[in-house]
Amino acid sequence: MLAGGCDIGSLTSKAVLMNRGRIVGAEIIKSKPEPGESAQEVMGRALAKGGYSFEDISFCVGTGYGREKIPFVQETVSEIACHARGARWLVPSARTVIDIGGQDCKAMRISIDGTMEKFITNDKCASGTGRFLEVMAEVLGVSLEELGNVSSSSKNPVVLASACTVWAQADVIRHLNENVPLADIAAGINNAMASRMAIIANNIGIEKDVCMTGGVAKNAAVVAALEKILGVRVKRIRKSDPQIAGAIGAALLAEEKISGGPQ
Amino acid sequence: MIVAGCDIGSLTGKAVIMDRNGILSSAVIPVKGRPADCAEAVMARAMEEAGITGEDISFCVGTGYGRKNIPFADEEESEISCHARGAVWQNPGIRTIIDIGGQDSKAIKVDGSGTVLQYVYNDKCASGTGRFLEIIAGTLELSLDELGDVSARSEKVLNLSNQCVVFAETEIISLLNEGVYIPDIVQALHRAVAGRVAALARGIVVEPETTMTGGVARNIGMFRALESVLGCELACLERPQINGAVGAALFALERVSDSIKPGRA
Repeated sequence: MLAGGCDIGSLTSKAVLMNRGRIVGAEIIKSKPEPGESAQEVMGRALAKGGYSFEDISFCVGTGYGREKIPFVQETVSEIACHARGARWLVPSARTVIDIGGQDCKAMRISIDGTMEKFITNDKCASGTGRFLEVMAEVLGVSLEELGNVSSSSKNPVVLASACTVWAQADVIRHLNENVPLADIAAGINNAMASRMAIIANNIGIEKDVCMTGGVAKNAAVVAALEKILGVRVKRIRKSDPQIAGAIGAALLAEEKISGGPQ
Repeated sequence: MIVAGCDIGSLTGKAVIMDRNGILSSAVIPVKGRPADCAEAVMARAMEEAGITGEDISFCVGTGYGRKNIPFADEEESEISCHARGAVWQNPGIRTIIDIGGQDSKAIKVDGSGTVLQYVYNDKCASGTGRFLEIIAGTLELSLDELGDVSARSEKVLNLSNQCVVFAETEIISLLNEGVYIPDIVQALHRAVAGRVAALARGIVVEPETTMTGGVARNIGMFRALESVLGCELACLERPQINGAVGAALFALERVSDSIKPGRA
């Protein structure tokens, strides 16, 4: 009895396979121009890893930006609902979830029993989204994954003049031209990212525990800066990759469908 | 009594030389390298055109983003004040000025003497500034000066779904990949910028006559897009790009002859 969750984001596509509450396959790929193609490939790979095929999936839930284009799902569910669900599975005590997507940023507040109390999304402005870090990493000539580590040796982080990605990019180029150490620029970028996220998080009101999902959760410097600004600890996700939280949520919802109700 | 105004923006430097009877000469050059060098170069060009030297200039007022770096300026004035003063001198009926700069935009309400009554200003977000046009022009491999003519060939209305420059750039790349007609994209770009600027301008009450200043005003596509979004006709200034420098020169004239009101050219 395989349950599938497929999260097609703007930058990456994620697939999770579950069997009775356990992850039995997961995969992340870079999204292709065609969401349908991304879905086929990422789910195909997740299946192949466990020696499964598409016929083995009893129910599959799709989510994310490209969810309407996934050919093999039985149902689609909003990213908000899937992320909240996935985050609670990863961190059962989570009341506030901050999810950074490739081109959006969401903050969700969940009640003790797991229902959504409030959420807020920014997808209008690139600042505070994964896109901000992507643009900055490219200017610095480091990978997104490296960005969090590069800043660890920083002694004097720069302060970026503006939250706007366009102006911040110009500012980063200026710092590079003035030979400011890469670590200090990277630290400034991570701090700017965190302060923008904090604005959104504070907007819904922080309740403990706080956790972070999405690929940016793997950037230790951003998480540390966010903790400092919010003045609360952010629970680290160790059970699985925080980037697949949405797909996990989708797979959990699919499991419910198979068993005929919430477990 | 000869005076000068020098406006060093983020993209271009402007200089105007005036006397009591009006403008003697002006120059516009792109900013390359240090603002101070640009100021020297643009003023040298304006002086050459007027056939004068630095000693002939009694007073010079600097303005613009780079105004702190103009070595020869006797005083500085804000861009807002200079645009207000310049626009009302160019057309006494002007009451609202919309200026789209290289990295900001402003809407200014003025009285008949060119004094600022109220203004709103955006330099926080690149959308709604000249930078939006500059970045997308680069994506489309067009020069900033070509945008107006290209948009005039637009055949159908297209709307961008993103306001953020970063997201709009991605959207435009996919439109290009889909083979969408470039003039339609440019027109959509103009309307997107106009939408942002109009939202800012509504922070003050837009009163007739309204005009647009700055280099972007020379872009006819942008001019028409702003008219269409604001729902009113815009008055066209003869010299929109050097308007700030004209205002600066008018302040300089005031300093040297406080009792004499400058006449119109």
